[in-house]
Parts: sequence; C-alpha cells; structure tokens
Amino acid sequence: MRFLKKSPWILHYAATSCNGCDIELLACLTPMYDVERFGIVNTGNPKHADIFLVTGSVNEESRQVVENLYAQIPEPKVVVAIGACALSGGIFRDAYNVYGGIDKIIPVDIYVPGCAARPESIIDGIVQALEILEQRASERKRQRKLVAL
Amino acid sequence: MSKTTIVPFGPQHPVLPEPIHLDLELDDERVVQALPSIGYVHRGLELLAERHNFIEMAQVAERICGICSFIHSQGYCQGIEQLLGLKVPPRAAYLRTMWAEMSRIQSHLLWLGLSADAFGFESLFQHSWRIREMLVDMIEETTGGRVIFGTCKVGGIRKDVDAETLQRIGGKIREMESAFNEISHIFSIDRTVKQRTVGIGVLTAEDAHALGAVGPVLRASGHARDLRQLGYAAYGELDWEPIVETAGDCYARCIVRLREISQSIDLIKQCIDRMPSGEIEVTFKGKRPQGETMIRLEQPRGEVCYYMCANGGKNLERFRVRTPTFANIAPLVHMLKGCELADVPVILLTIDPCVSCNER
Repeated sequence: MRFLKKSPWILHYAATSCNGCDIELLACLTPMYDVERFGIVNTGNPKHADIFLVTGSVNEESRQVVENLYAQIPEPKVVVAIGACALSGGIFRDAYNVYGGIDKIIPVDIYVPGCAARPESIIDGIVQALEILEQRASERKRQRKLVAL
Repeated sequence: MSKTTIVPFGPQHPVLPEPIHLDLELDDERVVQALPSIGYVHRGLELLAERHNFIEMAQVAERICGICSFIHSQGYCQGIEQLLGLKVPPRAAYLRTMWAEMSRIQSHLLWLGLSADAFGFESLFQHSWRIREMLVDMIEETTGGRVIFGTCKVGGIRKDVDAETLQRIGGKIREMESAFNEISHIFSIDRTVKQRTVGIGVLTAEDAHALGAVGPVLRASGHARDLRQLGYAAYGELDWEPIVETAGDCYARCIVRLREISQSIDLIKQCIDRMPSGEIEVTFKGKRPQGETMIRLEQPRGEVCYYMCANGGKNLERFRVRTPTFANIAPLVHMLKGCELADVPVILLTIDPCVSCNER
C-alpha cells in the first residue's frame, strides 16, 4: 500500500452486536495492535469520519440510527461490515428481530468475517478500505475538475 | 420558575461502545431526571431456544454477550445439567472456574480502560488494555478463542488443558499481576481519578438494597453479597471472601473492581495449584431435559439468573435470562438525579453497562 495523504478517521457503531467484535475493534486501537500508527483515530462524530465500521446485524430500532449515521458521514466514505452478524445475521439470522446483514440497509464495501472477528482481520479490512477511500477521493477530484471545465 | 432542557445522550456516543439512549432533563448543568430507552440491541435470542436443540443452544447462550461470554454458557450448561441430573467431573468444574475468573479479569480491565477514557485519562486507558491483551493471550492459549471461548458444553467442557500449559499460565498470570499492580496503584491514588470520582454518584446502602442493585454496585455500597458464595463450580472449595467497600460513590465502585481483579488472579492461581485430574465430561446419551429450573451466577457485572423450562423434547420450552445491567438501571437513574452533566458518562460507566446482555 502506498503512503496515505491523510489520516482516515473511523466511526464505530454497534448495531445489534454481542460486544465481541466491538471489543476486538477497540483492541485494534490499543497498544498491542495500535492502528493509530497509521493515523487511524476513532471518532465519536460522524461528520469527522471517513470509514464507517458496523458490527452486528440491524434490527427495527437500530436501522434508523445506522441510516442516519451513514447519511451524516461526508463523501468520500467507505463502509466496513465486521463479524458474522454484520455479514448475514450470523448465529442470530433466525431471530425474530434481526433483519440480516448490514448490506440490506446501506451499501457495504468490505466484509470482515469471523465470530468474533480477530483484530488482525479487522486491520486487514480497514487497510483495504483505505485503498477504496483513496480511489473515491481521486475520482471525486477528477469529476470536480470536469465540472470546472 | 426555571426552564429545563432535554439533552439526548446516545445511542451513538463516544464513551459508549454500545448503544443505549438516555434523555437527560437538565436545569442549567444539573440533571433533573434521566429517562433511559432501550431496544437498540434486541435480537430475540430467548426465542432461539425453541429453534435450536438444547446442546447447540450453549453456543447461542455464549453469544448473549461477548464480554462475559464464558459465564453465560456456563450458566446455561449448569441449568441443563440440573435438569438432566448430571454432575460435572471435578476437573471440568475447576477449569470452568478458571475460565470464568479469566473472563472476569478481562471484563474488569476492559471496564477500567473505558472508564479511564470517560474521565479523560487516555494513557491509563491504553495501559489497562495493554494488560488485558496479556490475559486475552492466556485465554487464547487455553481455549483457542479470544472473545468467544466455545469450551463449555452440557456435561462438562469441550477441551482439556495439559499440565505444561497450566504451568505456563501460572507463570504468565504472575507476570500480569505485577504489571497490573502498577496501574492499580496509579488508579487508586491519582489526583485526577479522585477528582472525577470521589463523592460522585453516591448510592447509600439502603438505596442500593431498595433499588435492587447487584454486583460491584451493591458491594461498593457495603453489602457483602456475591453469588459465588453459593459454591457453584469449584468456588465452594476455594478460599476467598466477597469484596466490600462502604462509600458507595464512583470511587468505591472502581476500588471494588480493582480489588476483584487481584482476587480473581488469586483464584486462578488456586485453581491451577489444586487442579484435580480425571475426566472432563460426563455422557448423557439419549437423555432429554425435563422440568424447570432457575440458575444464579455471579457475572463480572453482578447477579445473572437463567430460567429454563423443558418438556422432554429436544428444544427448551422457555429460556429466560435476567441480566445484572437490567437490575442496575434503576440505581443508575437514581444516581443520575441531581448530578452535573459532565459526570453523566462517569456515573453511567461505573455501573459497567452491558447493553447486549441486557437486551439480548
């Protein structure tokens, strides 16, 4: 991966996750894995975020929250779904209040499997998301130039 | 006549890894009333007991919550074993105790980090998570998983730990203990910590009892009540005393959890020293659970109850969980009344809310 121009900030939301993936995600930010060395910071404000990490599947109550958060993140943005539940509903796919994967609600770019997803695979997912983010940023720049012409 | 404003807190908030929503009614900076609303993590897990058979359900029960995962599967298995009339072999009981205590330490260290983050002590947050990683490594070495252990099953445990690994864990836990003592000392004497926690969110002994607080919240208010005193698994054979503080404020709750980490380290050492040899599971071929039972365990957050009802089929008729966070919401709402807005995250975190346990 080539050198990044900017530090991507992440926004995390636990849709209906069991906490397993959430704590593994937090573990990524702490000294053992330390994604902050790539300039990745966990932010609480969707308006500062570039990458949206969702753990767990969606239910009736959290659907609106996920949609709102997604709408508030400025373009370009990338969505990473973390864990088996976010991919397809996982072990809870038969439960009555679970819709299934996050991709039923918002477009997902990267899928990170695992129950719970390991920090290594989460970091791998984020690194892949960074490439997509760069592509989208340069695409946006190109289109703006075309508009200016 | 003062006018109040309502400030929404959550469901997505920087200090919360999980979604819970509070409507805070404020008079200037002071909270007049806090109204919690839940349902963001509700999945309908209890109904899954009717779709999965009673052996598979242990895996689903483990995923009630990723932080106290092992204790949930332990509680579920204990209930089924009671219905089937099985007695777990001593080695399995000791290993279950060891893993439950590891689970407790990692949960408390995780909470320690998050609460340090809530009152703005970023480096303490990072240090406690560094120590937590040492423990998670031990969990991975013995069970194969970092968060979801997957080792508890009906009738015993899924996998044995050999003597050499136990020896190694004994060494590692001593290493972890000395690293933990360093930050524990900082946490208990530091001025910054004390300024944000001493005298904040006081819950008196009477209120704690009347509102039905459980776990460290109850013990920080001076009640010596710990469900491990029931002596399930191997707790009846180990030497320990419930940890009690009397002040009832946020600081006391922190100290209870810090002391519980040291206690759990001691319990793990005792388990390793006294580990009996022998079988790790009993067979129950063809048997089906029948009747109803109630199981109570001590989770890192307090008392958890499981109700199970079976009619001799391969699925349970009803599976019900009552989690500690639910019991602690009433004391939380009581503590939030009259506090400053800036103290809300600190008070909220000292009950150690686990929303996914709570809503399942």
